[in-house]
Amino acid sequence: MTSSPRWLLKASLLAAFSLGSVAVQAQELVVSAAASLTNAFQAVGQAFEKSHPGAKLRFNFAASGPLLAQIQQSAPVDVFASADQETMDRAAKAGLLADGTRVDFARNTLVLIVPAAAASVPQQLSHLTGAGYKRISTGTPSSVPVGRYTMAAVQEAGLASALEPKWIYGESVRQVLNYVARAEVDAGFVYRTDALMEKDKTRIALTVPTTTPVSYPLAQVASSKNAALARDFIGFVRSPAGQQILDGFGFSKP
Amino acid sequence: MLTPLWLTLKIALLATLLAGVAGIALGWWMSQRRFAGKHFVDALLMLPMVLPPTVLGYYLIVVIGRNGVLGQYLDRWFGINLMFTWQGAVIAAALVSLPLVYKAARAAFEEVDARFAHAARTLGAGEFETFVRITLPLAVRGITAGLMLAFARAMGEFGATLMIAGNLPGKTQTLSIAIYDAVQAGNDAQALWLTLVISVVCVVVLVVSSRLLQARH
Repeated sequence: MTSSPRWLLKASLLAAFSLGSVAVQAQELVVSAAASLTNAFQAVGQAFEKSHPGAKLRFNFAASGPLLAQIQQSAPVDVFASADQETMDRAAKAGLLADGTRVDFARNTLVLIVPAAAASVPQQLSHLTGAGYKRISTGTPSSVPVGRYTMAAVQEAGLASALEPKWIYGESVRQVLNYVARAEVDAGFVYRTDALMEKDKTRIALTVPTTTPVSYPLAQVASSKNAALARDFIGFVRSPAGQQILDGFGFSKP
Repeated sequence: MLTPLWLTLKIALLATLLAGVAGIALGWWMSQRRFAGKHFVDALLMLPMVLPPTVLGYYLIVVIGRNGVLGQYLDRWFGINLMFTWQGAVIAAALVSLPLVYKAARAAFEEVDARFAHAARTLGAGEFETFVRITLPLAVRGITAGLMLAFARAMGEFGATLMIAGNLPGKTQTLSIAIYDAVQAGNDAQALWLTLVISVVCVVVLVVSSRLLQARH
């Protein structure tokens, strides 16, 4: 390797060519979607690509907060789907959305889950104050919608200060799910659709009433260069075919 | 507001201490012994620097997580749970900075002329005394440089720490994680302020330590 620098030249040429080829591909749609949509949107995306030959979807899954922050920093995103109205409201207020493209497309419910092997299952929220629940996980409230839904629900139940020292904050709802599945925490708040993804390792203890409905909006990003295709995708998510796929993953109608 | 700074300094100092003791011991041992598979052991010790921090974080979860290979016994026998604690962050930071101390210490020990140690022994010094009074002082410059780098690396540790210790404000939220958290939440003013804090602290640490290093010679 040290004898000849030729391999280095070859490697850099190869890298330059492969970078160049990215620009050639047309009809690529970047969709930033809430982490809880991961599996459902991948399936929706496959169906969309099948019905739109030549279109290629690129998904960017994370908590809604960081997705918004990326769009604010001019990330090249075409469609944004968040897990709450609040994040989308912030996007609208910042003028990041194309007018008239915002629609609600699904609903979900907040659930309390415990590891499948847990010795006890809480019957109501107030049971979480017990000594058996040392670590309880939810999303970071400032950037993860599931964290905000949880905090509002806990506040409503008058448990905010009692649970305060127990919180373990996850970077997204999927990290919370992972913490519970690994039994690193004693309980966690996720959406019903997430719990269904880890049926073997977690158990749903109860459905948690939320102060605002868990409702998912999506919209075309104003700076999108593929506006027509972006609107096609939004239409597809709302179409009977798209809704049927979402239903299959446990989401309910908007 | 400054809690993440103190937490970062505490974690980085303790991690440097751990990595320092282990790195110096391993460096000395590797500089003295010849054995089959020495290159393999060397590669293994350098691994934490080469592996992505997320891989390291995952290894840590598998080993010291609540149901981990060691973690389950720590939990069962001693009631110790390292996940989501600042102690867990210390272990993560110590592990990533270990190669920096080890490599520097090993090179420094190998530079020391073995005749000085032999002379000390012929004058009646034991192995330990020879090490502490002859070999270590002769290697101290290289080791100090390694420790400085380890401290700097520990201060900036992010990936493995986030995986093992999480992002708990006031408990495990170090400066680098607080910055990440602020950016995630779109709180740019906070991110900028914390970025300035860590930049100033890093410059101060580097200037002070290089001064110390010069003063000694």
